[in-house]
Amino acid sequence: MSKLATGLARRGDEVWRQRVQRSARRLPPVEMVVAICVGLIVWTIVAARTEDYILPPITDVGSRIVELFTDADQRWDWLMTMFRIMLGLITSFVVGTALGLAMGRSRRLTNIFMPYLQITQGIPSLSWVMIAIIWFQTVEVRIWFLMVMVTLAGFAFQAQDSYRAIPAELKDMAKSLRPRRDRLDMFRTITLPAILPGMLTAWKVNLGLGTRVVLIAEFAGATIGVGYQLRLEQQFFRMDGVIAWTASLVIFVLIIQQVIAMIERRMLRYRPGAHMPQVSEATQEPLTAQPDARQVG
Amino acid sequence: MTDLMQGREVAPVSHDAGRSDDAAVRFEDVHKVFVTGDGTRVRALEGLNLSVARGEMLAIVGQTGCGKSTAFNLLLGLFGATSGTVTVHGMDPHRDFEALKGRIAVVFQDGRLLPWRTAEDNAALGLEYQGVRKAERTRIAREWLARLGLEGREKAYPFELSGGMRQRVGIARCFALNPDIILCDESFSALDELTAERLRGEFLRLVKNEGKTGVFITHSIEEALTVGDRVAVFRAPGHVAAEFTPEAALSESELSRMRKSVRDVMAGVESPGSA
Repeated sequence: MSKLATGLARRGDEVWRQRVQRSARRLPPVEMVVAICVGLIVWTIVAARTEDYILPPITDVGSRIVELFTDADQRWDWLMTMFRIMLGLITSFVVGTALGLAMGRSRRLTNIFMPYLQITQGIPSLSWVMIAIIWFQTVEVRIWFLMVMVTLAGFAFQAQDSYRAIPAELKDMAKSLRPRRDRLDMFRTITLPAILPGMLTAWKVNLGLGTRVVLIAEFAGATIGVGYQLRLEQQFFRMDGVIAWTASLVIFVLIIQQVIAMIERRMLRYRPGAHMPQVSEATQEPLTAQPDARQVG
Repeated sequence: MTDLMQGREVAPVSHDAGRSDDAAVRFEDVHKVFVTGDGTRVRALEGLNLSVARGEMLAIVGQTGCGKSTAFNLLLGLFGATSGTVTVHGMDPHRDFEALKGRIAVVFQDGRLLPWRTAEDNAALGLEYQGVRKAERTRIAREWLARLGLEGREKAYPFELSGGMRQRVGIARCFALNPDIILCDESFSALDELTAERLRGEFLRLVKNEGKTGVFITHSIEEALTVGDRVAVFRAPGHVAAEFTPEAALSESELSRMRKSVRDVMAGVESPGSA
């Protein structure tokens, strides 16, 4: 009985030890925690010695952030900005990917679209803001147009590059198996998985770019959204509001980045670096095949 | 035609021997010309005549650029011939691409696995393309992986497998389709010698047991003589310079002479005493 109890206790210890180890792995590195703490201390000291409109106390900013997420009116501003960012990015992603794949397949289409995409990408965001204001009256259309113009080329170029990087050998292999629904099967099993890593990278890059662009557009001409609220806070010299609204955007970007990282972990687990050991030929089970009877000699 | 090619010493097979009615594969006076980007015409095949009987394993050996791969791709139906006819079971593999679905399969040099698919899903790819239900294709793929010694590795991704294991998955993908004709393109040349030898032996056993017809392309004379019931030696521009039957070599010295003859034909060197 006592042996059993000892065994169980040992097993319990082991389980407990493993849990602690797993939890420890999830914790941020000590250096990071220390750096953040130092930053917060410096902030507190500087805030205590300056006016609130230059750097407000952390507590004021914290309560404003809580207010943004709890107050229905302010939450609407926040949600509107997120919606604009996502709508623009999804449009660019769909159109850009289709355009990039078409360009990847056809040199002629590349020759037609490439100059337009290159020029589009070369125009500064601020110029697009001006163009959008002059061309469109509706604020939502302006912002959507602006987002698409700024992020479309990135998706298109990435899709084109990823498509062209698909090894011809893989396409030949697939074709040699004579797919029943040729194009659809090839797209589903070869093209789509092959371009996925590149497209996820394009999402990460365009997310930051798109967020900045929407902010500029809202700052310049919207009556709702984080950019508009930032303009109001700036007009009243409310630094806590500026920091809180900015933080709300950062939180949004971080959440989307985490979602993308999650998709990457799930969809790209086939890539080396997943911490799984390679198997050498020497470690294999002996083959069951008979010796080759036709071996020469 | 030289003595060597008529084969007094090396027991060759005449082209007519392979032109029986039960030929699974046939090339008749096949020419293939490629036009490069700058307009240059490259003759890849010139008057290729070749046939493979049902159940036969034909090894094609030749130097780089002699047209082996072009003949291979014609057989696969990836493109058509400039002139002449290529037939697989009496059908044009390019024109009747759909009709030959599931009847030809390939074991490529490096397995050519899709890196984003597990061993099991790679082995089932051909079946998936043929519209076989998931449960059924998974069962067949697992069965072939097990037969090839990959039990327990079904869920591994290609990067987690050794070169030999990847090649086994490629072989499983090929046999899972249950094709009549199996084509091999330098299938074991990327592996170390011991692994290649082991895998080659197992592959040949499977081909024979399953009664498949095979076309085995290689640049290795030794491999061609080991694998082939018949060996066709290619010389540029794409034609058969000579054929040999390794089984006719009854002793090591005869085999050694055959090896040398193949080498000479490949290099375009006339053997002593040739006409």
